[in-house]
Amino acid sequence: MSQALRTAEGGRIDRANPLGFSFDGRSYRGFAGDTLASALLANGVHLLARSFKYHRPRGLLTAGSDEPNALVELARDAARCTPNLRATQIELYEGLRARSQNRTPSLAFDLGAVNDRLAPLLPAGFYYKTFMWPKAAWKRLYEPSIRAMAGLGRAPTRPDPDRYAQRYAHCDVLVVGSGPAGLAAALAAAESGARVILCDEQAAFGGTLLAEDEARIEGGSAEAFRAASLATLAAAPRVRLLARTTAFGYFPHNMVGLAERITDHLAAPDPRLPRERLWQVRAREVVLATGAHERPLVFPENDRPGIMLAEAARVYLTRYGVRPGTRAVLATAHDGAYRTALALHRAGVEIAAIADLRGTAGGAWPAAARDAGLPVRLSTTILGTTGRRRVARVDLARLDADGRCGVVEPVPCDLLLMSGGFTPSVHLFSQSRGRLRFDDTLQAYLPDTPAERTHVAGACRGLVALADVLADGYAAGAAAAQAAGCNRAPSARPFPVTARESPAGGMLGALPGNRPGARAFVDFQNDVTAKDLALATREGFRSIEHIKRYTTTGMATDQGKSSNMNALGIVADALGSPIPAIGLTTFRMPYTPTSFGIFAGAARGDLFEPLRMTPMHAQAAALGAVFEDVGQWKRARYFPRAGEDMAAAVARECRAVRSACGLFDASTLGKIEIVGPDAATFLERLYVNAWHRLPSGRCRYGLLLREDGFIFDDGVIGRLATDRFHVTTTTGGIGRVLAMMEDYRQTEWPELDVWLTATTEQWAVLALQGPRAKDILAPLVEAVDLAAMTHMSLAEGRIAGVPLRLFRVSFTGEMGFEVNVPASAGAAVWEALMAAGAACGLTPYGTEAMHVLRAEKGYLVIGQDTDGTVSPDDAGLGRMVARGKPDFIGKRALEAMAARPAGGRQHLVGLLSETPAQVLEEGAQIVAETDGARLGHVTSAYYSPTLGRAIALAMVRDGRARLGERLRVALPEAPAREGHAVRVVAPVFYDPEGARLDG
Amino acid sequence: MDDLLARTAPLGIRPLPAMARFMLQARPATLAGVPLGIVLPPACRATEAGGRAALWLGPGAYLLRTTPADGPALAAALEQALAGQAHALVEVSDRLTALELAGEEAAAVLNAGCPLDLDLAACPVGFCARSVLGKAGILLWRTGAARFLLEIERSFTPYVHGFLAEAGREFGG
Repeated sequence: MSQALRTAEGGRIDRANPLGFSFDGRSYRGFAGDTLASALLANGVHLLARSFKYHRPRGLLTAGSDEPNALVELARDAARCTPNLRATQIELYEGLRARSQNRTPSLAFDLGAVNDRLAPLLPAGFYYKTFMWPKAAWKRLYEPSIRAMAGLGRAPTRPDPDRYAQRYAHCDVLVVGSGPAGLAAALAAAESGARVILCDEQAAFGGTLLAEDEARIEGGSAEAFRAASLATLAAAPRVRLLARTTAFGYFPHNMVGLAERITDHLAAPDPRLPRERLWQVRAREVVLATGAHERPLVFPENDRPGIMLAEAARVYLTRYGVRPGTRAVLATAHDGAYRTALALHRAGVEIAAIADLRGTAGGAWPAAARDAGLPVRLSTTILGTTGRRRVARVDLARLDADGRCGVVEPVPCDLLLMSGGFTPSVHLFSQSRGRLRFDDTLQAYLPDTPAERTHVAGACRGLVALADVLADGYAAGAAAAQAAGCNRAPSARPFPVTARESPAGGMLGALPGNRPGARAFVDFQNDVTAKDLALATREGFRSIEHIKRYTTTGMATDQGKSSNMNALGIVADALGSPIPAIGLTTFRMPYTPTSFGIFAGAARGDLFEPLRMTPMHAQAAALGAVFEDVGQWKRARYFPRAGEDMAAAVARECRAVRSACGLFDASTLGKIEIVGPDAATFLERLYVNAWHRLPSGRCRYGLLLREDGFIFDDGVIGRLATDRFHVTTTTGGIGRVLAMMEDYRQTEWPELDVWLTATTEQWAVLALQGPRAKDILAPLVEAVDLAAMTHMSLAEGRIAGVPLRLFRVSFTGEMGFEVNVPASAGAAVWEALMAAGAACGLTPYGTEAMHVLRAEKGYLVIGQDTDGTVSPDDAGLGRMVARGKPDFIGKRALEAMAARPAGGRQHLVGLLSETPAQVLEEGAQIVAETDGARLGHVTSAYYSPTLGRAIALAMVRDGRARLGERLRVALPEAPAREGHAVRVVAPVFYDPEGARLDG
Repeated sequence: MDDLLARTAPLGIRPLPAMARFMLQARPATLAGVPLGIVLPPACRATEAGGRAALWLGPGAYLLRTTPADGPALAAALEQALAGQAHALVEVSDRLTALELAGEEAAAVLNAGCPLDLDLAACPVGFCARSVLGKAGILLWRTGAARFLLEIERSFTPYVHGFLAEAGREFGG
C-alpha cells in the first residue's frame, strides 16, 4: 500500500530513508523518523487494536506515551517479543514486525466482540455480581474463562535473551522533560555550572517544540531555538542528555528512576549493547517539566478508529507529514482545535465542521479559523457517531440556552478530532508525595507544596503561553542550580516570543445529550464509560478512590492519563459536589509500563547471586562432591563413589570418621579476631560463659544470647594470647554476630580497648576428625607439640610450609583437629592431608555426614534445632551460663525466666522411633499419646549408620521430664494419634561420656 | 566460574598479584605518630609511598597493603612501635583479593553496581570507601582519574569479576 496520506513535504521524517515494515502480516512503507503510529496513519490504517473488555475496534487517540488504545506486540523473534507497546512510541526501523492484540481470529473480525453486544450485562463491577452462582462454577468455569479473556497482550514464554543494564548517577539538577520549559531549565542550570541530567521519553528532545510551526523564539524559528539549545547543552561538559528515557518513578530523597531504551529502535542492534538501562539518579534538585496531556471529550461512541485528539492530529501532520484523514469534524471546548483545523485545512484536509460546545469562541485561533472560512458551529454537541471500523459520520446537535439539544445533524467524515483542554502531568510530583491543589480557573490539579527538593516548570504547573513557559523553565533551572549550591547565576534571558495568543478553554466530564443506551467512554483502556461511573455513584460510592476500584477507571497501564479528570468531572456532576471534594487518586510508579528486565539488570544466571566457593572447592569437585547451597556458599554435601546413592555415601563417610578419619571443609565458619587489652572483658560481657580465666592456648564453646535471653549464635573461641581471641561463629550467623558485636563495642562500651577484625575468608579450615587424626597430622606439622594438645586446646605453628592455627576441637564426637591455614594455602594443605591420610583411610566427608555425626552426639545447630525462642536451659546448656558474672547479654532476661513458675518450656531431647529404620520428618509435630496434645516438633532427623537406626532431636514441652515416655509424631496425611510411636531419650546417642574425644 | 573469568578478558579489568594486608585499629590518637613510612590518610582517603599503602576504613581503622616480602617487616615495625599501647593488628592478606579497573569508562562500569558518586569532584584521586558492587561488598580506592583499585572479599572475586565484565561489555570490554 502506498503512503496515500503522506503530505508532499514537511515533517521531521527523513524522506530519503524509506523503511519497510509489517503490521499483522501486511507490508507497509514508512520513513525513518516515523513512529509505528504515524507510519500506519500515512498508509490509511486506523484500526490498530481491540479494546480490553468489549473488544471494540480502536485506533489512535494520541501521538504520545499517554496512548490508551493502540497497544501492539512487537516481535523480533520468538523470544524477543514484547506485548502492550504503545504504537505512538515505537520508532520505525527496517523490517519491524508488529501484531495487534486481544483479537481472535483477526483485528477486523474478532469473536470477542460479542462482549460488545453483551455490554448491558457487563456493567461496572459485573464480576462481583454475576459469577456468584452456582458457587462451584467459579473455580472450574468462571475463573478460567475470565482469565482466558482478561489481559491484552501475551507474555513471551521463552527466556529473555536481551541484556539489561543499570547505572547509578548523581547530579545537581535533574530535568525531566525537554519541552520548552525543560530545555530552558537545563540551559539555566548548565550555565550556572551545575551537573545536569536532562531526560526525555521521546527519541528527539524538544517536546512541543517538535511540532511548533508558528511561534518564533528569540527572532528565529522554534526549530532553530531547539537546535541551538541542544547544541549548547551537548557541548557543556557537565550535562548528560538522555533521550528515549522515561522518568518512571520519583522515590524518597530525590532518587528518580529512569528507564532508558537503548536498542529497541534499531533494526540490527549491536549485541554488546543492553536493550534498556535503569538509571537510579540521586539529584540534589529536580526540575519537573513534564508538560500536559490533552483530554478527550466524553460523548457517545467517542472511541471509534478515526477519532483522536486534536493536538495529536496536528502533531501527526506537522511532525510526521501525515494527514490523519480527508474530511474532518472537530469537536471542542478548547481553542486548540481551531489551530489543528487551520493546519489540516492548509494541508488539504476538508474541514466539515468545527463543533464548539461553548457559546462563544473569541480567541485568536477561532478568529483565524473564521477568517479562513472554516465552518464553525458554536453551542454544538455530539450525540453519537457511526462507522464500524472507522468513524463515518458524526451526529451534531445545537444546544439551546437551557442546554437542550436541537435537531440531529449528521455530518459525514473520516476523522473526528476532539479537544477537552489540557491536564497538567503531575504524576511524578504526586509520586514524590508533593501536595496538589485544584485550580478553579484552570479546572486542573496543579502542584502545590513539594515534598522533595522539587521545582516545577511550564505546562505541568498550568502555564500555557510559550513565552511564559520558557521564562518559567529558565527561572526554575536557575533556582534549582542555586539550591544545589552552584553560585554562578545564569545570564538574564528574556526569551522573546512572537506567536498568536495561546489557546484557551476546556471542560471536564461528559458532554450534554448522552443518549440512553449509548456508551461514552471515559477510560479507553479499561473500557469504562460515563454510565459505569454514574452507576457507581447510584450504588452509593462517594470517594473517587472507591469509584476507581469499583469501575477500574484509571487503573489501566496508562494510569488514567486521558481519563482521570473526566471521571472526576462526571462523578462531581452526579454527586453535585465540587471536584476538590471528590479528591484525586494517588499516582504511583511507573509513569509508563517498564520492563522487568531493568530491575533485574545483571542479576541473572551466574550473577543472580554471588556464588561463594571455598579455597578447596576445586578439590571437592574433583572428588565428585555433590554441592548444596548454604546461603551464598556452595558446600560439599557428600562425596558419592561409583554406584553410591546419597545414603550409601553418607553412611560410608560416617563410618570412616568413627573408625579411621575424615576430612571436612569447614572454611565457611564465621571467624572474628578480637584483639585488645579488654578483649576478655568484651567477651565476658557478650557471651554467657566465663573468659577471664581461660588460659592462652585453650578453647571454649561460647554461647551468645540476645537481650531476650534466647540463643543467638554459638561457636568455639580460642585464646591465642592474653589480648587476642580467635572467635568462630555459625556460617550463616557471621554477619549478624559481627554487626551485634560492633554495635555493642561502639555504642555501649566505647571505654573498652578492643577491636574486631572479620577473618572468615583469611582462613581455610580443614576439619580432620577421627581416631587416626593425630597420626595423619603428625608428619606434616612443625613447631606444634601434638601429643600435648588435649581436647579444646590450640597451638600455632606451621603445616606443609605455611602458617598454622591448630584447634583440637570436635563437632563429631571423635578426637579431631581443625586445621586453619591462610586461604591461599587451603588447596595445597588439603592435598597434603589427603596424601598423608591415604594409608589410614582418610575419607573426605560432606555437610550431610557432618550433620549425622553431630546429631549422634546431640550437638545442636543454631537455626535448625533452635528457632529464636530457645534459652540455654531449654537447649540443655544451662550449665554453661556463668551466673556469677556481673552481666552479659541476656542475663536479666534469664533471671526473669528463672523467676517464672517452672515447667511448660520445651526442652531439647532425643527421639527414637519404635520402628528403628523409620527416619522422622524434620518439622513434624509431636503429640501426646493419650490426648493428642501438641508438645513440640522434630528439629533434626537422620539415619545413623553408627547406631544402625534412625535418630532424631526434638524440642518437646517439659521434655527432660518425659525421658522414657512414648509420644507420637504426626504424619502429614494421618490423624495425629496414628503417627509414629517414638520414645523420648537423652539427646546424646553415641558415646555419652565423651571418651572418644580424648582419642 | 570459569566462564565468568573468561568473560573478563577486556581492557581495563586486571586481577592484581597477591599482597600482604593488615587491619590496623586503635584509638586515633595512638596512631598519630605510627612509623609506617607513610602518613596515615584522613577520612575517606588512601595514601601510598614506597610500595606501602594505607586505606582509611573508619575512625582509627586502616587497611595496610604492602608487598608480600615487606609484610613481616611492616608488621614487626608496627608491633614494636605500638608495644604497650592498646591496638589491634591482624593479618588479612588472604581475606582479600584486588583488581584494577582502568579506562575512560571505568567509573561508568563501577556505577553499574556501585551507588557512590564517582565524579572527580566528589571522589578525587586518593579517595577510598567501603561500598557495594551489585550484591558484593567492595573497598574502592581511586588510584587515578580513570583508574580504580578494588579490594574484594576472597570468595566474592568471581562475582565481582563477572559483574564488571558484564557491565563493561557495552564499552567493548
